[in-house]
Order: sequence, then C-alpha cells, then structure tokens
Amino acid sequence: MTRLYAEDLTLAYEQAVVATDLSVEIPDGSFTVIIGPNACGKSTLLKALARMLKPKTGGVHLDGKLISSYRSREVARRLGLLPQTSIAPSGITVGDLVARGRYPHQKLLKQWSSEDEAVVTESMKLTGVLELSGRLVDELSGGQRQRVWLAMVLAQQTSILLLDEPTTFLDIAHQVEVLDLCADLHEDKRHTLVAVLHDLNQACRYGTHLIVMRPGGEIAAQGNPSEIITAELVEDVFGLPCRVIDDPETGTPLIVPNARKKRSEDHGPVAVHEHATL
Amino acid sequence: MSPVITGRVVRTRRETLSVRVDARTFTVCVVTVLALLAVMTATLTTGEYPLSVGEVLGAVTGTGEGAADFIVNTLRMPRLLTALLVGAALAASGAILQGLTRNSLGSPDIIGFNNGAATGALVVIIVVGGSMYQVAIGALLGAVITALLIYLFSFTRGVQGFRFVLIGIGLNALALAVNSYLITRANLYDALSAQAWLLGSVNGRGWEHVTAAALALAVLLPLALYYSRALAMMELGDDSAKALGVGVQRSRAVLIVTSVLLAAFATAAAGPIAFVALAAPQLARRLTRSSSPGLVSSALMGALLLAAGDLLIQRVFPTAQLPVGTATGCLGGLYLIWLLASEWRGKARYA
Repeated sequence: MTRLYAEDLTLAYEQAVVATDLSVEIPDGSFTVIIGPNACGKSTLLKALARMLKPKTGGVHLDGKLISSYRSREVARRLGLLPQTSIAPSGITVGDLVARGRYPHQKLLKQWSSEDEAVVTESMKLTGVLELSGRLVDELSGGQRQRVWLAMVLAQQTSILLLDEPTTFLDIAHQVEVLDLCADLHEDKRHTLVAVLHDLNQACRYGTHLIVMRPGGEIAAQGNPSEIITAELVEDVFGLPCRVIDDPETGTPLIVPNARKKRSEDHGPVAVHEHATL
Repeated sequence: MSPVITGRVVRTRRETLSVRVDARTFTVCVVTVLALLAVMTATLTTGEYPLSVGEVLGAVTGTGEGAADFIVNTLRMPRLLTALLVGAALAASGAILQGLTRNSLGSPDIIGFNNGAATGALVVIIVVGGSMYQVAIGALLGAVITALLIYLFSFTRGVQGFRFVLIGIGLNALALAVNSYLITRANLYDALSAQAWLLGSVNGRGWEHVTAAALALAVLLPLALYYSRALAMMELGDDSAKALGVGVQRSRAVLIVTSVLLAAFATAAAGPIAFVALAAPQLARRLTRSSSPGLVSSALMGALLLAAGDLLIQRVFPTAQLPVGTATGCLGGLYLIWLLASEWRGKARYA
C-alpha cells in the first residue's frame, strides 16, 4: 500500500454531492497531477486527501492509519498543503511568512529553535527567495509570491506536498518557473507531489502519474501520461476534439485542439467548452 | 548569517526554551506601562485633596492615616483599578475579535456586545427592578445572548469574518431599538438610573467591581494568550491555518467565547464604554507596526486609554460628572485620526 490513498469516498458540500465511490492511490515518490473539467471535483478530492474536507463515507489513509484519527498537528508534520487562496497578512516580511510554516513543529515556549532557522533558510534557498527575506510580501510579484508560499509549505518539512492549482493567476513564464521548481523538489528531494492543474500539456509534461476525473467525480483514467492520454480520452472527458502528438521538447503527450472549421466538419456544431485555455 | 525573520530570539542554552520578541512591540509595551504608571500616580495624588506619593504609598501598604487611607483605598484606588481592568478587558476583547474577523470594525462595541449587555441590564433595572449585582448579571447574559445570536445567524460552514460583522451590526441596531423602547416604558426613577448606567462610568466603583474584573481578566487573558498563536495563523486564511495543523473551528470558538466574556464582564462592571475596544487595538497595531493587534500591547493600551480618560474628566471637569466614554472617545478618536491621516499621507503600509 502507498503512504496516501483514499477508499470509496463520497464527497459532498452540505447536500451537494460532488463525488461517490472515489478511490485513488498516490504512488510514493510520484509527481501526481489531477486533471479534469471545471467543477469535476479535483480540488474537492485534494481537500479530502489533506483532511480539509471530511468525506461522507469512506476514508483517506495516511501512513497506514485513517487520516481522521491523527491530531491536526500530526497531519501537518506528515503532509503539506498549498491551498488555492492564502492570505498574506499585510505588512509581513517574506522571512516571517515562511517561518509560519514551522508552526506544527513549535510549542508555546519553543518558538524559534536553531532547527527552525536552518529549515526556513534552506526552504527559502530552494525556492530562490532567500535574498527577499527582508522584503514585504505585499511588494512582490505574483510569481515571487507563489515561490514564497511554496517555501512556507516546504518549511513544514513534509515529504508529501499537495498543491491546489499552484499556477493559477500566473503568466506563462512564472507558471513554468513554479512547475520547474516542483519538478526539482520531486526529483532532487524525492518528495511526493500531488497537484491540481488546468493545463493538460503541463500536466503531461511534469506529471509522472495522472488522475483524470470526469464531471461527477468519477475517475476516467489514471496512470503514466504517455500510456493513458489519447485523443479519445480527452474528447470523452473534456468534450474537446483534438489530436495528441509528441511534445517536441520532452516527448510527452501534447494535446492540440482541432481547428474550429475541422471540428464542425467532423462532429457538427459542438458546444465550445467554457474552459478552453489549453 | 543574517537572521531570516524579524525580531529578537532569546534561547536557553540547550534550546528547551526559545522565545521570539519583536523589539518594537517590546518598546511600545514598556512605554505604555511607563505612561500608565504616570497616569496612576497623577490620579492617586492630585484632586480635591492632594496627597504626596509617600502618603499614597502609606495608604496602600496599610500604614496610612485616616483621611489619606479613606481617599486612596475607598475613593481613588477602586475607581482607578476598575478603569485599568475594564480598559484592558475591552481592548483585549476587541483585539481578539478584530483579529478573528480580519476586520477593524469587528469590535465588540460595533457588533452589539455592549448594547446587548445594555439590553440585559435595562431589563433587570426596568422590568425586574433588581440590585446592582443583578444588573451586572443581566449585562453578562445580554452580551452572551447577543453573541450567541450572531454566531447562530452567521454560521454556515464555519463562521466568516465579514458576515459575523454585518450580522453583529444588525443586531446592534436591534439592541439599541429595544433599549430605547425599554426606557420609554419605564417610570422616571428607573429611567434615570437606566440612563446613568447606559452612559458607562467608573465613577463610584468599589472593590467588588475591581475583584470581578480582575478575576475575569486573570482567567480569560491567559486563555486568549494561549490561543493567540492559533489566531495569528488564522490570519493566513482558514485553509492555510488548517493545513498547518491549527484546530481552526475549536480555536475560533474558544477565542469568540473569550472575547465575549471579556467584553461582558467589562460592561457589567462599568456600563457600555464606547470606543476603547475599537480604538485601543488599532492604536497598538499601528504603534507596533504589526499585521494584527497584539493582545498584550492592546490590553495595555486599553488600560492607559481608559485610565487617562478618567483622569482627564475628573480633573478638567470635576463638577460635570462626565462619563468616561466621552473622554476615551475624544482622546482615542483624535489620536487615531491623527495616526490614520499621517499614515495615509505617508506610505499606506498598514492600512
């Protein structure tokens, strides 16, 4: 069994059921990417994996025990989560924000050990924000800020990291920068990463394991991107007719949506999916 | 290697203990304490019967002579201590709630704790016709019930700061209306004593008020301090705080209850005093240049604000018997406006 897996989850907000009978396994040491159309329950699944959302039925297992049986602090020492939206307190410096990641390791009268200092410095070095430590977070660019948040999660010193859409709101160059950083953490530090991404091509390029979700929270496919991504799967899940070719840079699958004219010839008028930001 | 975080770190040799202290916060606290001592000295020594510091000290240690003993231990000291403790309690209550709602308006006097307490007190004065103690209990109940109502109405999948504040403002208006109605239904004598209570004052407060406020602070402030680390983490948003191992729901519940009880005890002891809970944390936050109001600095600031305000109305308008709220409003309000104005003219870093 892997360190983190979920069995027969029913996920719901109040009465609105997002997913039923959902079982996923996060391979140890993988860079797992969850993809799927809008509102298919990607982020909800991630929240359940991180114990942020209590499943109605079924359970998430972490290191051999139900995740709900751990104390919150203990979970935070084993598994880190970068939520979609985090608020940087106004007037906080980069160093102080990254230092907040040490919370699960600190106590009331053990507020800043030399280990805390070393870990925070190392996390900032890894994410390339050490020089910024005295700057105010408010003054940073979006890409820098995201690296600061990543540094904060790294300072938690967990070998499993869950990232909820870490590239949203970033321009393409900063998206690549953040994903390269994630790939480094995966390769050099042997961290297990689970990320929700919108861009299929980025998912195929960076992910070593994909979980493809259908609307209604059903798993359409999971496995190595090169093995599972086909034009049929993309059309089936996203309703987007396309071709899948080899990425000229990496050889991973590259999804190229069909041109509008060709699409209408092949399939008649197809409703353009609202999320066409490929 | 230069430190990556702000503030000073104090560690014991084997690092069994390590504490982070922000130099600026520390300085602000020390200066506030010094100012507080000055105000206390002035309050105890000046007035209709000036006393020397020696006479005051003698009275405090129990070796003073008749007149000094009476003036210090019966008249001045209880009033001063009530002002100090009530100010600290109100400010701490405001600091917690403003931090929790991430909103400077999330302060007990704005969202109806004080007026809710007043409703409870008025019901006792006018409908039941109870004693001072029963009035205090009525005020406590009023504040707690108001807070419960706000909590119930704003609770859907956790409490959100903004909704909490808005519903509080609504309930505050409701409580005000009920209060006015109660006064119109009262006979003249009850209406007068109700009005006197409503003004909020530390005039004529005795040792029983000091004891009640001190006990409340002694229990509630350490509890709040213990949870203030969780409160600081919750600034990052509920999701981040949860992900970092904070028991968000429980911490929030404990902090709200602490804040309500602090405001309730303060109001029970001195009536609804406006503005301290709103202004003191904001003043402290701006002076310490931190992202959210600190508990200790806010409490000290509240104590100073109320004690200085009370000294001011005693000495400047000795015959007018003004309620202390007017003075705290003037002092704190002017200072806050000055701070905000100079801040907006400079760089709006902490707005």
